[in-house]
Amino acid sequence: MGTEMLLKDEVQMLRRVPLFSNVEPGKLKLLAFTSDRVSYDAGEAIFHQGDTGDAAYVVLAGKADILVDSSTGPIKIAEVETNSIVGEIAILCDVSRTATVQTTTAVEALRIRKEHFLKLLTDFPEITIEIMRVLADRLSHTTSELSEARSRARKAE
Amino acid sequence: MEKRLARYIWTHTRGQQLWILLVVAISMVPYFLSFDLPKQIVNGPIQGQGFDQPGATQTFMNISFDLPWLGPVTLFDGIDLTRMQMLFALSLVFLVLVIVNGLFKFYINTYKGRLGERLLRRIRFELVDRILRFPPSQFKRMKGAEVASMVKDEVEPLGGFTGDAFVQPALLGGQALTALFFIFMQNAWLGLIAAVMVGVQALIIPRMRRRLLVLGRERQITARELAGRVSEIVDGIGTIHAYDTSNYERADIASRLGRIFKIRYDLYQWKFLVKFINNFLAQLTPFLFYCIGGYLALQGRLDIGQLIAVISAYKDLPGPLKDLIDWDQTRQDVQVKYVQVVEQFSVDRTIEPSIQAVAIQDPGSMKHPLAAVNLSLADDSGAKLLERVSVQIHPGETVAIVGGAAGGGDMLAEAFARLTWPESGKITAGGDDLLELPESITGRGISYVSADTYFFYGTLRDNLLYGLKHAPLKDAAYEGSGAAHRKWEINEAKMAGNPDHDVNGDWIDYQAANATDRADLFAPVLSVLDTVQLSKDILDLALRSTVSPDDHPGLAEGIVEMRHALRDELEEAGLSSLVVSFEPGAYNTEATVGENLLFGTATGPAFVGKAIGRNAYFRSVVGRTGLDRIMFDMGYSIAENAVELFADLPPDHPFFQQLTFMTADDIPEYQLLLQKLKGKGFDAASEDEKGAIIRLSFRYIEPRHRFGLLTDELMAKIVDVRRQFHDGLPENMRGDIERYDPEHYQASASLMDNILFGRISHKHSDGSKRIRSIVSSLLNSLGLLEQVIDIGLDFNLGAGGKRLTAVQRQKLNLARALVRRSDYYILNRPLPGLDHRLQDEIVRDVLKLVRRDGRDPAVVWVLSNTALSSLFDRVLVFDRGMLVEDGTHAALVENNGIFKELVSS
Repeated sequence: MGTEMLLKDEVQMLRRVPLFSNVEPGKLKLLAFTSDRVSYDAGEAIFHQGDTGDAAYVVLAGKADILVDSSTGPIKIAEVETNSIVGEIAILCDVSRTATVQTTTAVEALRIRKEHFLKLLTDFPEITIEIMRVLADRLSHTTSELSEARSRARKAE
Repeated sequence: MEKRLARYIWTHTRGQQLWILLVVAISMVPYFLSFDLPKQIVNGPIQGQGFDQPGATQTFMNISFDLPWLGPVTLFDGIDLTRMQMLFALSLVFLVLVIVNGLFKFYINTYKGRLGERLLRRIRFELVDRILRFPPSQFKRMKGAEVASMVKDEVEPLGGFTGDAFVQPALLGGQALTALFFIFMQNAWLGLIAAVMVGVQALIIPRMRRRLLVLGRERQITARELAGRVSEIVDGIGTIHAYDTSNYERADIASRLGRIFKIRYDLYQWKFLVKFINNFLAQLTPFLFYCIGGYLALQGRLDIGQLIAVISAYKDLPGPLKDLIDWDQTRQDVQVKYVQVVEQFSVDRTIEPSIQAVAIQDPGSMKHPLAAVNLSLADDSGAKLLERVSVQIHPGETVAIVGGAAGGGDMLAEAFARLTWPESGKITAGGDDLLELPESITGRGISYVSADTYFFYGTLRDNLLYGLKHAPLKDAAYEGSGAAHRKWEINEAKMAGNPDHDVNGDWIDYQAANATDRADLFAPVLSVLDTVQLSKDILDLALRSTVSPDDHPGLAEGIVEMRHALRDELEEAGLSSLVVSFEPGAYNTEATVGENLLFGTATGPAFVGKAIGRNAYFRSVVGRTGLDRIMFDMGYSIAENAVELFADLPPDHPFFQQLTFMTADDIPEYQLLLQKLKGKGFDAASEDEKGAIIRLSFRYIEPRHRFGLLTDELMAKIVDVRRQFHDGLPENMRGDIERYDPEHYQASASLMDNILFGRISHKHSDGSKRIRSIVSSLLNSLGLLEQVIDIGLDFNLGAGGKRLTAVQRQKLNLARALVRRSDYYILNRPLPGLDHRLQDEIVRDVLKLVRRDGRDPAVVWVLSNTALSSLFDRVLVFDRGMLVEDGTHAALVENNGIFKELVSS
């Protein structure tokens, strides 16, 4: 385990997360306090595809892979960077986890429970807008990947 | 059941009624003797009649009295006694008569009471017996509480009446007739007047009472309905809260109470009016005697002596008459109640008693196929649920039933379980109608489970093994007074027409659970619990519970041993940071400051809850070491942080869940306190204020709250104060705290806390889950699992099993059936609350489990997940009440029919 991490240090780290960069420090402290600090070793799953989603995670340190089950085994579809949020889809859309997130290094993360996360969105529009931006970003990324894949598939025919 | 109460009572108590009549008749002898005696004492020895000369003697015990028609009867010639001797002798006789009369009364009353109680027991049993034999459709129409109030309250007065049912009218009627006869003897005309008045009373009063009876019936029904409504409120409390209808319920109850009040008040008014008229009529007769008799006497047509004799004879008439009329009132009242109850319990198509006869011997397996023959089922309104279905389930076959929501497959399953009776057609087992086979065959050969779970109040074990309790297989052993009591129980049960099976005997059919006796029941039970994935829940229940080591010998030692094993196991898995142990000389960062300071569980009044803050010894230790100032500063910082974080939030904000050391309501108070104490510190604060602040630091856990308040020096200091606190603990407080001791079991802590002997680290996201799985495998390898599961099985399920979650209830419901060895398992969507993955696992495991030990039962499973039908030998597809497809999974997929649609949707 690393050295004790205090609330005020976490606030500093949260400010580096793009999602929360516009939120005032007092609110960030509250967010940090109401969230759980969790640590993972390398190779541990933060959550599994198909689980019910009860929390979102902000990765404060370390890296993880996003994996999707397929008939040939898990496929890596993306990577979680430090200072990014993961697992928000399941709690926003009330669906089970759409992918597995597995750490590749030791990871320090903040676990924000579903009801806290939703409350956060209603209380702080700036976070909501930021979340929308992240999601839209991912959608456009996915769309371009899909069209690429389709054109590849057409060529292959 | 017999409609007339008098006949019912006569049928069941004939012998006793005649006996008590005889006893009452005999008791009249000393009773009348004691009337005559005072006169004899006063006239004889006291006033000296017949003792005119000194030394004169008289005959004693010459007991003779007049009986009507028989004339004087002499029982004993007597002996000669002097006046003084006579006085004492007669007084002694009087005393003896008093005692004899008292004893007669005592005997008669006890006998009548016992008679009544036995009859009450008989009626109550008969009613419950009928409930057990009602056809299933009957239960759609009745409310449990109403039936309970009938069995419990409404028949209650019957017991009191039984003893008086025949004795009272015979006795009182006799007395009244005697009195009337005496009046006739004095004067025929006046006797006629008295007889006519009695006739008028006997004619008018019962007529007036008709309304009383109507009101009485209404009172009974409204009171019963009230009981039904109250129980509805209890059962439906969730719905009432959810829809804010509590005031509607209040209004309903108030209006019912109003109606009951009105009925009862009407009843009182009528009752007293009837009483008034009754009394008036009774007093009218002497008025006529005085008036007419006096007139006749003055006219000289009647002898004055005769008139006086008539009037004095009349005084014996109204008493028995009034009692007789009261008795008649009770009779009618009780009769109405009885009829009311019997009507409710007179149901067509009750199950024959022979079908439910106790079968101690195992009736053997059901080897024949279970067949629906042209079976049609309908609901209460007559709508067809299943139409002319004919299908056979062969022994050993696994059959999946699929179809839409109103397909009808579930109804077929209910019919196999005898829960729905055929509208037409029938269900047979080897040529016999299922409904005519004894329940000892159908109720053991067929195990039925649906999503509709019901559990009886009691432990998990009781409910799990409930399906094995068919008959008292082994009598309980009794010794000494216990045996005598058992004998008495059997005798009394017979006297009241109750069965005398011993509920304390061993009813569990171990063989049916694949065991030989209680000792080796655990393995089959555990395999069933594993199959339905309930063992983990039961283990958790056990681990959360606090058990006394005395009740489970050997467990405490095993658990303490396990602490070391757990430590080694965690070390080996590289997870030693998962649990931070309590060590007498070290600070436990994952525990609160308070836990670190006390280092034990407060068990006595000196330290429990807020008492510790007022405890003089504790305060002296903390004050002496200066820890109180440090904790005050700490608490002050915590308060500052909390107020800063939470002051702006509304009190209902979900973030407050995270605030473990205060509630939302405390925030403003601490805000004020902080303002007041700002820059002043410990010395300026009052005792209460110090307490409020220090209390916060007691609940502080650094890794959780992360305010950065604990330094190494402070932790060392707390450990030092802990040592001082325990070293100097006064003798009288030793019992009030149970100190953490690595080598001893802690009776006041839960099993899990005892195993961990530490706190799970907050740093690991799924720390408690991981610990649980390690603990459960350790329990198994150390041979403690059976004992711990046993503790979990002691868990009380509460009313209707409500202390379990819905999913746990469904699993337990399935487990209860799987514990039994049956020939047919009818599983009617037993697990709708479970997600698909779990359902899939459980269906596969159940199909494996029922085949254990080379057995080959048939399984009929109504599936909510059609995809699982490939696991079965055969698939039946139901659509709109009809069996539309029947075949193997592969054949149906080929078929392109409804099944294919169902699978692909």
